[in-house]
Amino acid sequence: MTWSEMQPLLAQACWDTLYMVGWSTLIAVVGGLPLGILLVLTDRGGLLQNLAANKVIGQIVNIARSLPFIILMVALMTFTRWITGTTIGRAAAIVPLAIGAIPFFARLVETAVREVDHGLVEAVQAMGGNTWTVVRKVLVPESLPSLISSTTTTIVALIGYSAMAGTVGAGGLGDIAIRYGYQRFETQLMWITVAILAVVISAIQFAGDYAARSLHRRGAHSGPAPKLRLLKAAS
Amino acid sequence: MPLCPGTPTPAHSTVTETHVITTTDLTKVYRSRGREVTALDGVDLHVREGEVYGVIGQSGAGKSSLIRCVNLLERPTSGTVTVAGQDLTALAGRGPRAGRELRQARSRIGMVFQHFNLLSSRTVQDNVELPLEILGKSGTERSRKARELLDLVGLADKAGAYPAQLSGGQKQRVGIARALAGDPKVLLSDEATSALDPETTRSILALLRDLNRQLGLTVLLITHEMDVVKSVCDSAALMENGRIVESGTVSELLATPGSELAAALFPLDGEASGDDRTVLDVTFQGESATQPVISQLARTYNIDISILGAAIDTVGGLQVGRMRIELPGRYEDNVVPIGFLREKGLQVEVPGRESALVKEGAK
Ligand SMILES: Nc1ncnc2c1ncn2[C@@H]1O[C@H](COP(=O)(O)OP(=O)(O)OP(=O)(O)O)[C@@H](O)[C@H]1O
Ligand SMILES: [Mg+2]
Repeated sequence: MTWSEMQPLLAQACWDTLYMVGWSTLIAVVGGLPLGILLVLTDRGGLLQNLAANKVIGQIVNIARSLPFIILMVALMTFTRWITGTTIGRAAAIVPLAIGAIPFFARLVETAVREVDHGLVEAVQAMGGNTWTVVRKVLVPESLPSLISSTTTTIVALIGYSAMAGTVGAGGLGDIAIRYGYQRFETQLMWITVAILAVVISAIQFAGDYAARSLHRRGAHSGPAPKLRLLKAAS
Repeated sequence: MPLCPGTPTPAHSTVTETHVITTTDLTKVYRSRGREVTALDGVDLHVREGEVYGVIGQSGAGKSSLIRCVNLLERPTSGTVTVAGQDLTALAGRGPRAGRELRQARSRIGMVFQHFNLLSSRTVQDNVELPLEILGKSGTERSRKARELLDLVGLADKAGAYPAQLSGGQKQRVGIARALAGDPKVLLSDEATSALDPETTRSILALLRDLNRQLGLTVLLITHEMDVVKSVCDSAALMENGRIVESGTVSELLATPGSELAAALFPLDGEASGDDRTVLDVTFQGESATQPVISQLARTYNIDISILGAAIDTVGGLQVGRMRIELPGRYEDNVVPIGFLREKGLQVEVPGRESALVKEGAK
């Protein structure tokens, strides 16, 4: 296969990956951020303490997180068809990707928000702030560097999952690797795909770390640097 | 509670007889995993308008629980809290969340914390603006007020800095400016100087004192350092095991025989009375401190007086002295000189006298 043949394939694959990962990250953040905050607020001693609700949310998150992505994808097919009208293609892949990533991101958010000093919450309460004020003015801004690191981790994980989504015809770089690299022995194309993935992941990680660190330096939180937290969260 | 007659009213001009903070029979019991801890056990506190009131006690005495009950950050188990005429315990409602009225009441009570509790993601200016944001003030009003307050605490040049770039004392100044943003009548301070070195502690206390004088701000402060009480408080209370065991204005406390607080404010050493000598603790306040009473005593009765220990200090703006002296002869022989000292307006205590009487009775 010549470079001019590969080029449009790769361009399309990159675009598909970007499309899937972009949308599912957006949905994961929109869904996972409130869920993670809710996990902290409803826990013992939290501002909205509700142990029953906390248990239920926690269990759902745990189960959803422990399901292998490929099973989640199959299990969600009916739901996916109901939402997008189809079960194949990149739009259809977004549904299981996002649903798999919401609990993943929610747990990372929970860890990040838990690290916010309770004294700050108390200070805002003493000023007459309500729970919503505490969330908006304290919990989110104070954990922002960690939240950015969590988002980076989620994006990287989603790139991995999106490759699996490739097996159900969603396109993307994972799809190329399987169809051309594995099934047609186009070794060269396969290595180019690997190289692109490596570059993309490094770039995202670098950008995320840079953003987290520059926020962090400004505020100079006393906790561990976000990068360490990220490793802890991933393990 | 009027001050002792004859003492000049030293800079207490802001103190009125109105009680601005009152707690009645306040109790707080923490229950966690079946264990119960009684942190407050029937506390009655009366803080007058415009005074600096210190609560002192050892670790675990319940000081933080008390101050946190005053703005209902901690919900009392029973009893009532009234601040500026408003019964906060009645506003609290049920459940763990604060209702709107309680939140409004809190916004009129400033609070400063031991660990400052500044938001690291905001600049100094934005930290001071935070309570104003909560109050729904406009942007221009917020920045004007914040600049004014930073000026008041002497940090106008640090408005754009982040808390991480400030020293501990500067952070606490920001904390104080922030606490004043809602124009409170009352400022609560939980160990505000405990994380600071002695010099910085002095400057923060001086600032609190100035604010008290200039703004007529009532300050309820909690501390475990006697020096803090000594340098800024008009009144003080001693807490032990969740109870207030002594309280009153500094001059009342100093005039109370056997007051632990007074003894702690003025520690004196020296042996107690024996068969051939009488040891007296003499406390003098205000003008009598400047009179040469002791030499008069020596001359009038022609006795030798040894001074075992003495201290003169300013407590809550009052000049107060305490002296431990020894007179020759038994207590019974010295009744007349002691009467002379009392007549001169001095407060005289005989340390260890009760036990001496018991011994005599046993004979
Ligand atoms: N949230 C809580 N849950 C259970 N027990 C508590 C809680 N807060 C305080 N206590 C207990 O209540 C008692 C009084 O605590 P408090 O913090 O009021 O003391 P303190 O006088 O402020 O002490 P320190 O000088 O160490 O700050 C202590 O025995 C403490 O262990
Ligand atoms: Mg305390």
